[in-house]
Amino acid sequence: MSRKLMDIWVGFFVVIGFSALLFLALRVGNAASANLGETYTLKAKFDNIGGLKVRGPVKSAGVVVGRIAAISLDPDAYEAVVTMRVNARYHFPRDTYASILTSGLLGEQYVGLDVGGDERMLKAGESFSRTQSAVVLEKLIGQFMLNKASEGAPNNK
Amino acid sequence: MPEPSSKGALGVIASLGHAVNEIAQRLGFVARFFAAILLYSGQSFRRIHLTIREMYFSGFQSLLIMLVSSLFIGMVLGLQGFETLQRFGSAEALGIMVALSLTRELGPVVAALLFASRAGSSITAEIGLMKATEQLMAMDMMAVNPIARVVAPKFWGGVLSMPLLASLFSAVGVFGGYLVGVVVIGVDEGAFWSQMQSSVDFRLDIWNGIIKSFVFGIAVSLIAVFEGYDSIPTAEGVSASIRRTVVNSALTILALDFVLTSFMFRGL
Repeated sequence: MSRKLMDIWVGFFVVIGFSALLFLALRVGNAASANLGETYTLKAKFDNIGGLKVRGPVKSAGVVVGRIAAISLDPDAYEAVVTMRVNARYHFPRDTYASILTSGLLGEQYVGLDVGGDERMLKAGESFSRTQSAVVLEKLIGQFMLNKASEGAPNNK
Repeated sequence: MPEPSSKGALGVIASLGHAVNEIAQRLGFVARFFAAILLYSGQSFRRIHLTIREMYFSGFQSLLIMLVSSLFIGMVLGLQGFETLQRFGSAEALGIMVALSLTRELGPVVAALLFASRAGSSITAEIGLMKATEQLMAMDMMAVNPIARVVAPKFWGGVLSMPLLASLFSAVGVFGGYLVGVVVIGVDEGAFWSQMQSSVDFRLDIWNGIIKSFVFGIAVSLIAVFEGYDSIPTAEGVSASIRRTVVNSALTILALDFVLTSFMFRGL
């Protein structure tokens, strides 16, 4: 086999190998959509973040508007501090409610933003003042059992 | 010191020690051989056509078996994944399942196993036969270093081909999953792709898979050229070294895969 022909076949092999990688990156992965464009940072403090993860989505009215950049624990208040990068196109009023919600019954957890009516908007680096923590199933069951017990107590007398 | 008898407990310990010595010596030989390849690999890039030739034989000629087997693996993943996910009412997650299992594990590992049996064995056979017919020795006589002229290009051809083959494997496998899941079974096409895109991360999943396949490429190519170079120059010796290439490559790939996976995905 001539060297020229071999070069052509190997070149063909390399080209389809790289186009497979490109297909994986753009069509299978999220290399294209992970880029939110210009962003700014917002923070929120929660008593409990449940199973929230870094890079999880931030949604408003179900639309992804940002990603979670970092999660840390405030050493003084023992609260979780969630830092989010939000697309610079979107601005949220100061009284926006940030809550940790779950998509579906067993889906991933995300930060949902319920927009308030304040005229003034949150600026970069500011925090949501009103937050709601993740629902922890064990606590919910514990509360339910407690309610049942206190309901049942008067009947026993 | 009297020669220890080959019977009894002492004999067992002696044979154990002999085996350990043998393994240690062999590993040391592999390490020195690897260092020699790296040292003499300048020529395989200066005279790039040597490496291109090996990429043709080990990379391009493996394309057909890679494409066909990845298509079938993707289709099987589509069928089995649908069967299982449907029980939990989340058949739309089929895309995630197919894409993650291919990019993280099956793509690099199965591609490397196929590569070891398709290309690795023929590399070993070629070098082993060159040794048996004293071609390597003849090169040495002509002041041509056989490691630089024969071994290093084969090694680099394998190392460079492996990541390309693995990404092709994953891509075609995802397409196979799409064929069965969406076209045949009828999972919603939009959900299939969008759920896949929202949970497959380029750096974490795809890039780590590429790194894996690169490491496997180094391991398989090194084992293949080493076993060929080390083979006993007889017909039985060459056949034994081909067998060792396939067996050792498979074991090394699977063990390395466990180690790499535990480093890459432990934080999840």
